[in-house]
Amino acid sequence: MNLVKNLYQKEKLEQLPTRDGYGHGLVELGKKNPNIVVLGADLTGSTRCNWFRDEFPDRFIQVGIAEQNMMGIAAGLALTGKVPFASTYSVFCPGRNWDQIRISVAYNKTNVKFTGAHAGVSVGADGATHQGLEDIAITRCLPNVTVLAPCDSVETQKATMAAGEMEGPVYLRFAREATPVFTTEKTPFRIGEAQVFRKGKDVSVIACGPIVYEALLAADELEKEGIDVRVINNPSIKPIDEEKIIEAAEQTGAIVTGEDHQMMGGLGSAVAEVLGKNSPVPIEMVAVKDRFGESGEPDELMKEFGLVAKDIKEAIKKVIKRK
Amino acid sequence: MDTKELEKKANNIREDLIEMLTEAKSGHSAGSLGMVDVLTALYFGGIVKHDPKKPKWEERDMVVISNAHICPVWYAALAHAGYFPVEELKTLRKLGSRLQGHPSRFTVPGIETSGGSLAQGLSIACGMAYSFNKLDKKNNWVWALTSDGEHDEGQMWEAAMFAGKNKLFNITQIMDRNNIQIDGYTEDVMPLEPIKGKYEAFGWHVMEVDGHNMEEIIDACNKSKAIFEKPSLIIAHTIPGKGVDFIEWKYSWHGRTPNSEEEKNALKQLRTLGGKIKSEDD
Repeated sequence: MNLVKNLYQKEKLEQLPTRDGYGHGLVELGKKNPNIVVLGADLTGSTRCNWFRDEFPDRFIQVGIAEQNMMGIAAGLALTGKVPFASTYSVFCPGRNWDQIRISVAYNKTNVKFTGAHAGVSVGADGATHQGLEDIAITRCLPNVTVLAPCDSVETQKATMAAGEMEGPVYLRFAREATPVFTTEKTPFRIGEAQVFRKGKDVSVIACGPIVYEALLAADELEKEGIDVRVINNPSIKPIDEEKIIEAAEQTGAIVTGEDHQMMGGLGSAVAEVLGKNSPVPIEMVAVKDRFGESGEPDELMKEFGLVAKDIKEAIKKVIKRK
Repeated sequence: MDTKELEKKANNIREDLIEMLTEAKSGHSAGSLGMVDVLTALYFGGIVKHDPKKPKWEERDMVVISNAHICPVWYAALAHAGYFPVEELKTLRKLGSRLQGHPSRFTVPGIETSGGSLAQGLSIACGMAYSFNKLDKKNNWVWALTSDGEHDEGQMWEAAMFAGKNKLFNITQIMDRNNIQIDGYTEDVMPLEPIKGKYEAFGWHVMEVDGHNMEEIIDACNKSKAIFEKPSLIIAHTIPGKGVDFIEWKYSWHGRTPNSEEEKNALKQLRTLGGKIKSEDD
């Protein structure tokens, strides 16, 4: 799968926030396509839109702290041939402006890309109000909307490019913290496709976002205990790769899902929807369990909320017993 | 069209509206009737640059109706302009009809953006105007129709601020100032005044017109195109339900439609009025 060397030696890997990939992707898109326009809502630096702004000042639009208006402006730009990227934190977009997304973007099928940066409890010290944990649930239920949650900064750059090159509304989800960069330029990325990052036959972990790396660590550790774990990176939450999910269920007989998002309505739910009607097997979900986030160091919070390799290992053992 | 012809066209559109709304058995009568004269002036008075034979013509102006529930009047105006057959108007709100209860840009030629949730249209108009003026340096104009009631929404003022900041002179907003909303009179539900002062403070050029006087509407629209320093707002003072006496002024008619008795009565009034316009013309 063309992942990095020394994959399982976390300390040797470069660490970058996924949002960096968004910043690079925007600049690359901007060079290729003069219709790319970026909208910022007073969070230009922390969403990495400043890189695009500095390169293409005429195509950056500052809307102020007004996420509802931002989505309408984005829709208007799209209706006149532009490809707008509306950028802010996930708690505000799609959190605050969901109705604008529903009508001006989704129902209207406008070519708007919107991003939720700072998703997940890994946001850290800002606490519950700024940790977006519901964004996947409230975007994937909207017709016409594509939902992407890439696993590291390299994949985020590819996802950003792919979003800009496809026609139609796309939601892109990023995290705040620096996390291991473990995919490479050569790792495949296609909207609608999941990738097997590690082969295995006893159980499959299907995850999205930086937690995919935790799943790889868990799989590596369980190898020593004689458990052969398949790890599937699933950045395309909608459309979802039904084929690869069903294949995993049929070949390994048990599934663990992983995401830094509420258990209700997220990737785990999406996987359960696929398997429930096609190939029901036991599922365990590693996700936030119906509670709000809180302040703390990102690492502490990931442990506190049960979203690290240790938790994935426990879920794997539990689900295997249910086979 | 001259003023008399425009008045006759408006009267015909009102007759169609009554028939459409009666047939549909649901929909928004008062606002639709109240905005007939403005829509007639826009589409038939030489204001909006458009071509019904080429709905996607690149040089066209954009019309956005933010208070999209008054789409029956938009449908009627578009049909009369030649975008689709007038006979189709009676399919309003029926299963399988192009004429959805709130407009979809995918089904009706001439509708630029789907809508129905209040206050979203002015933001969309801002995006279009920014695109034409700032990014493409083109002269396409954006006509944004809004209602007074939807100014309860914060998004309206976000958009007003954005247009003011960017001096989007290529937007003309026409506000239907009919003083009613579902729960009552606007100034009782949530006072909006002073609207003119508020918009001026947000950086807009504001004009006020009698929303049933063709000449005033057309004059103000033309004036707005000569203002190059800021976006323009035309406050169109209208009578909700205009033309049908038992609907006029009544907020209870915001979201109801005539029954067959009321339809007869309304059409009689409009046909008498139509006759009056015609006889004066002869």
